[in-house]
Parts: sequence; C-alpha cells; structure tokens
Amino acid sequence: MARVLFENVTKEFGSVKAVNDVSLEIQDGELLCLLGPSGCGKTTTLRLIAGLETATSGRIHIGDTDVTRFSPKDRDVGMVFQDYALYPHMNLADNIAYPLKVRKVREAARMERAKEVADHLRIGHLMERLPGQISGGQQQRTSVARAVVHEPRVFLFDEPLSNLDAKLRLESRGFIKHLQQEMGVTAVYVTHDQAEAMALADRIAVMQDGVIVQIGSPLEIYRNPQTSFVANFLGSPPMNLFDAEVRNGSFVGSSFELDAKGVKEHSALNDGDSVTLGIRPEHVRVSPKPMKNSIASELYAFEALGPESILSFRIDEQLLVARAFGDDPPEIEMGQTAYLSFEPRHLHLFNEHGSRVNAD
Amino acid sequence: MNLPKYVLARIGFYVFVVIVATAFALPLLWLLLAPFGRQATLAVRIPSEPTLANFVSVFRNAFAMRALFVNSIIQAVGAMLLITAVATLTAYSLSRIRLPGRDMFVYMLILFSSVVTGSAAMVPIFLLIFELGLIDSHTGVILVFTGGLLPVAIFIMRDFMQSLPKSYEESALVNGASTLQMLRHVVLPLTRPGMMVIGIWAFVNVWGSFLIPFILLRSPDRMPAATATYSFYTEAGTPVITLVSAYALLYILPVLALYLFVNWRYGFQFFGGIKS
Repeated sequence: MARVLFENVTKEFGSVKAVNDVSLEIQDGELLCLLGPSGCGKTTTLRLIAGLETATSGRIHIGDTDVTRFSPKDRDVGMVFQDYALYPHMNLADNIAYPLKVRKVREAARMERAKEVADHLRIGHLMERLPGQISGGQQQRTSVARAVVHEPRVFLFDEPLSNLDAKLRLESRGFIKHLQQEMGVTAVYVTHDQAEAMALADRIAVMQDGVIVQIGSPLEIYRNPQTSFVANFLGSPPMNLFDAEVRNGSFVGSSFELDAKGVKEHSALNDGDSVTLGIRPEHVRVSPKPMKNSIASELYAFEALGPESILSFRIDEQLLVARAFGDDPPEIEMGQTAYLSFEPRHLHLFNEHGSRVNAD
Repeated sequence: MNLPKYVLARIGFYVFVVIVATAFALPLLWLLLAPFGRQATLAVRIPSEPTLANFVSVFRNAFAMRALFVNSIIQAVGAMLLITAVATLTAYSLSRIRLPGRDMFVYMLILFSSVVTGSAAMVPIFLLIFELGLIDSHTGVILVFTGGLLPVAIFIMRDFMQSLPKSYEESALVNGASTLQMLRHVVLPLTRPGMMVIGIWAFVNVWGSFLIPFILLRSPDRMPAATATYSFYTEAGTPVITLVSAYALLYILPVLALYLFVNWRYGFQFFGGIKS
C-alpha cells in the first residue's frame, strides 16, 4: 500500500516523446485509470511504474522510496498483462506461486498461499492444469492471482480485459473493482475503453500525445471536459461537436443559428470568434413540432436499444446524435423533419485550440 | 476432363511416385538386409542364410569400434553442446537487444555459413587449426564444426526466439525474478524445443561429416566413424561390402537413439503462445 508519485517524468524513444513531462500523484488505495487512444503514452506510463522502462528524466516514487532507477524486481508491484503472460510450461499452482518462489518462500508455504488466493478467485480447482487448458476468463483470473499473491504495494493493469468477450468483460470488471477495494491497494489501470474507465476508476487521467490533458473523478471529467478531445473521448455515443462562429449574440454554424442567450460562457467570447459547440446526446431534445431556437433536421437513423434509443440526424456532413431514455422513444419516422434543441446550461464551448471556454 | 484421360493421368502419377519412392527406399532396404548376408552383393535380397558373422568381425575391429563409440560421440556431442549453447545465447541477445545493423549481421551469418565449411575454405581452415596447434585433436574438429554450423543455428534460433512474446520475461521481472532467474525459469524452458531441434541437427551434421575430421586428424585413435569406414576396405582400395554395411548399420543407431530419446523425453512440440 503506497502512493505513486511522478515528478516531471519524460520518456523518449529516439526522437519520440512517449511520455512528456508528466507530473502525477496517485493516492494510497486509489484506483487510477490511464485513459487514451493507442499511442498516447498510457502503457509507457504504466511500464515506467513497473520498471520495464526507465525514465529519460524526472523522478518516480512509490511510497517514500525513489524508485526511478530501480529494477522491476525491487519495486514490489504486481502486474496483469494484456496477454496474461502465464508461463505455458508451469501449471496454475506454479504460475500463481512464482512471485513467492523467487522471494524464497518455502515450497509448502507458497503452495498454501497460492491455493488460498486461487480459491478466493474461484480457480482453486484448476491448480493442476496448464494455462493452455483453461478458458480465457480463467486465464485472466490466474494472472490476477499471480499479481496479488505476494501482496504488492501497487497493482498495475495493462488492458487486462481486452482479450475477453463482451459478457466476460463486464463480469471481470466488477471482479477487479471488488478485489481492489477489498485489498485497499493502490492500482493503476490502463485502458482505451472509456466505459471501463468510467466504471472502475476513482479518478481518470486522460492522456493525449504523452501528456495528461485532464485528471479527475469520472463524473467530473464527463461533466466538465477541459478540451474537445476529452469531451469526444468520454461517453458513448460521444459528445456532438459542431463548429460555429459568434455573431451578434448567436452561434452561427454552416446550416444552423442558435441564440446564445442563457449561455454563460458567451460573455467570454467576442464577435467573430470561432467556437466548437459540444452537446451530450442525452441533452438533445427531439421534437416533431417546430420549436424556438432549434435546429431542424431529418432523421437519419434510429436504433432502439431497449432502455434507450439512439437517434441520428444529419447536419451537413456530420451526424448529430440524440439519446432518448425509456422505452417510448420520440415518434419520428425516417426522413421526417425533427427539431433539436438544448438547454443553454448543457452546452459546452471550446475555442479554436480545443480548450474549454469558461464564463468570465 | 474425360474419364480415360483422367485414369491415364492418375496411373502416370502413381508410376512416377513409385519410381521416386523406390529410389529412396532401396538403399535403406539394402542397408537393413546386406549386413546379414554371407556374400558381398549390391542387390537387395533377403539373405537365404542370415548370419551375424559380419557384426562379429566388425566388433573385433578395435579401431573402428573406438571410432564409433568414443571419437564420434566426443566430437558430435561436443559440437552439439557448444553449438546449442552458443546459438541459444547469441540468438537470445540478437532477438532482444536493439543494435544498429543487427539484421544485416544475421544475414551476413547466413552468407558466411555456406563459405566456412565449404571445400574452398579447407586450406585456410587447415592452416588456421595448424597455427593454433589444434591439428589432430578433438578440440580442433569440434571448433571447426561449431564455426561452420553456428551461423545457421543462430539464424534458426533467432527466428524461434522472436516468436516468443516478450511479456513472459517482463512478467517474470515484475514478479520479482532476477535476470538469471528469468532466464532459468522462463526463457530456457520455453526455448527448449528450439534447442532440441538445433542440438539434433548439429549432432547429425557432425556425425555424418567425413572431410573435416579426415583432414584435421592424423592418429587413428582419434578418427571418428565416418573416416574409420576406410578400415573395411581391402588394401587394394575396394570396400568389403558385408563389413561396410554392418558397420554402417551400427553407425546410424546412435542418431536414431538420440532422436527417439529426445522425442520421448521432451517431445518436439511447441508450447503455444497466448492461447493454446
């Protein structure tokens, strides 16, 4: 149990800065998700904590120890790999007990401990099998068991669910969350799946091009994305983003015009500024009747998902996606014109650099 | 295609296959049958009065026996161990460490391998071994074979190593293993199938080679079996076929035994990757 601290950490591969001057504190007992698209540096950040990569500059602390130059074996971390990395020539018992074996725990003691952990993860009856003889979900549990068997100070997860099918993924997600809280151990979890991050994390750090662009609780990031990238990355379907220009108290887009009245952030903008308007699908109101201050558009696609429905409307070359909850969706037919409106407080504004516009 | 044409094509194909198969099978059949015949003949026929007399005379030839069961074993096993060990370590570093010109180096190896053991290199190799004072020694023979076979061995092993996911090693390190423990517990067991292939391949190559020991060795008590076959020639230079065939049959047994042993003990199977 320990906090993890990054101080201006940079990792370069040749001329590429995979991690660029990252400073970050992961609290004791917290589950932090590193979220971002592939190549954003999230896995490199994780490997820096594990010691599989060495920082080009900056310091990394685990607990009160500066581990920047430590080799992996001296860092006391447990890691679950994307491909599980179970040793194919060892049975489950030997796999799980391996961290104890290299720590010179006696055979009987380490087998007992391995069995205890395996029973807890409901794989205790498979101890004699080889990794090739068990299912993907069981392999995943085995690799978690191996990571926790020696009670490390930090858990590291490198996209541990990406090799599982959708149903198993949901189940494993709950199981990892439960285990981490039960053990109260600090955990860092890398994923590119925003739903996974939202579901698991105490805090999410969204990464882009080797930099943490925003860090905070899942809801905080969901509600107040600081850049249009973060806004678009979190949520499924993602936030609708449309370019517009500020003109005489209105947002004028290529084929729509919205009154800016009631939009607080408008005060920070000048006439002629380019802005990106963002609206979450669940905040789009769809009406078959003409409404004031709305965008008229034809229904492009309708998806009934049961508890919710997804409606897409074409606005120029883009789609505007609305999400209606409950099992009676708005009665609009394909090709029919609908009127889309939003409450001003739900509108997110981003300037031409993609940064959030805040009210003065 | 109409029927008669099809039938004719099939018949033609089978005739061809039988001819090819016979060409390969006949010498082997001869090798199995000839040692038990009383008379020297090159025909393949089941001996009318089978006898073990040929084996008795072969076993009485102390020089040939020593060549087969001592010298050949020393040279083949020595080269096998050295090649497997060096190739494994080299291939591991080549597959895991980034060096400028690494791939170029590997392809140069392949190029050189066909030169070093070739007859063209025989004179320089002889001079080199002579200068090193290793003429007429097992060490000299083993070193020359190692030099000649190592490039291909490294090339094959490197391919094998590269197919092993790095995450096995990384997980060992994160789990607390030192580099040596990682090699011993994880890398070595996983590369064993590759080492077996290289080992047997090296053994068979050295076992069957005639030219190199023939050139590098002088004293009869260091000759391997391949050169000792000459002791079953008459002074006029013609082979005593009954004895040569009996000796040849004994000559293939250790290779067969090695193969069966490895297959029984380890199997030539590969452990699967992520999901097997």
